[in-house]
Amino acid sequence: MSRRRVEPLVWLMFSAGGVLAAVFLPILILLFGLAFPLGWLDPPDYDHLHAVLTYPLTLVVLLGLFVLMSVHSAHRFRYTLYDGLQIKKKRTVAVLCYGAAIVGSVATLAVLWVLARGS
Amino acid sequence: MTDLRLYRPRVSTWWWTRKRSYLLFVLRELSSIFIAWFVVYLLLFVRAVGQSEAAYQRFLDWASAPWVTVLNVVGLVFVLLHTVTWFNLTPQAMAVRMAGRPVPAFHIVAGQYTGLVVVSGFVIWLVTR
Repeated sequence: MSRRRVEPLVWLMFSAGGVLAAVFLPILILLFGLAFPLGWLDPPDYDHLHAVLTYPLTLVVLLGLFVLMSVHSAHRFRYTLYDGLQIKKKRTVAVLCYGAAIVGSVATLAVLWVLARGS
Repeated sequence: MTDLRLYRPRVSTWWWTRKRSYLLFVLRELSSIFIAWFVVYLLLFVRAVGQSEAAYQRFLDWASAPWVTVLNVVGLVFVLLHTVTWFNLTPQAMAVRMAGRPVPAFHIVAGQYTGLVVVSGFVIWLVTR
């Protein structure tokens, strides 16, 4: 019964996270993963970046982005292990994958909480 | 009473290496690992900016290490694979109707690429102004 109630929600979060990852990640990786650290572009000024990140709407967007992408990743990796690598220990795989997503979500809350309080 | 015995053929762990479309499917699914990596990476970045200017500088230094760069480049390729396959699958997963008529698949895919461009432009504007 509970399984039935949870499963549509997980698929919904998987889809939402998939859309967000598809749309937001390419530019974020290009800028913060490559262009700024490697000096292709001048890294943004610290005060400006801090102001942008502590803006309330940014915090809400980051919360949604990180939590939904964690669930997306966990859900997809779960089925990669089942179907792709033929690992059939279903319960263990599910616990490990969703457990990791929960850890990611809690870490997100902690980081954003500290960020919001320090502003 | 006899026990029920089902015929379950064993599938090889490497079944997906036999055909290009299978391989692409598994590679697409493996993008999930890199999305998890980027969640961690971006969280470290946000945490550093929350701490201090020195922490932000340390993050940029750490992020320019060769192994991080390699991980980010490989990850970006997988994320782009995710983006393209995700956009292409949407019209099949979602039947959109407008004024009673089904919206052509091409319009749904084009709409998503427009969204990608708009979001990317907005992020660049927000970060670099």
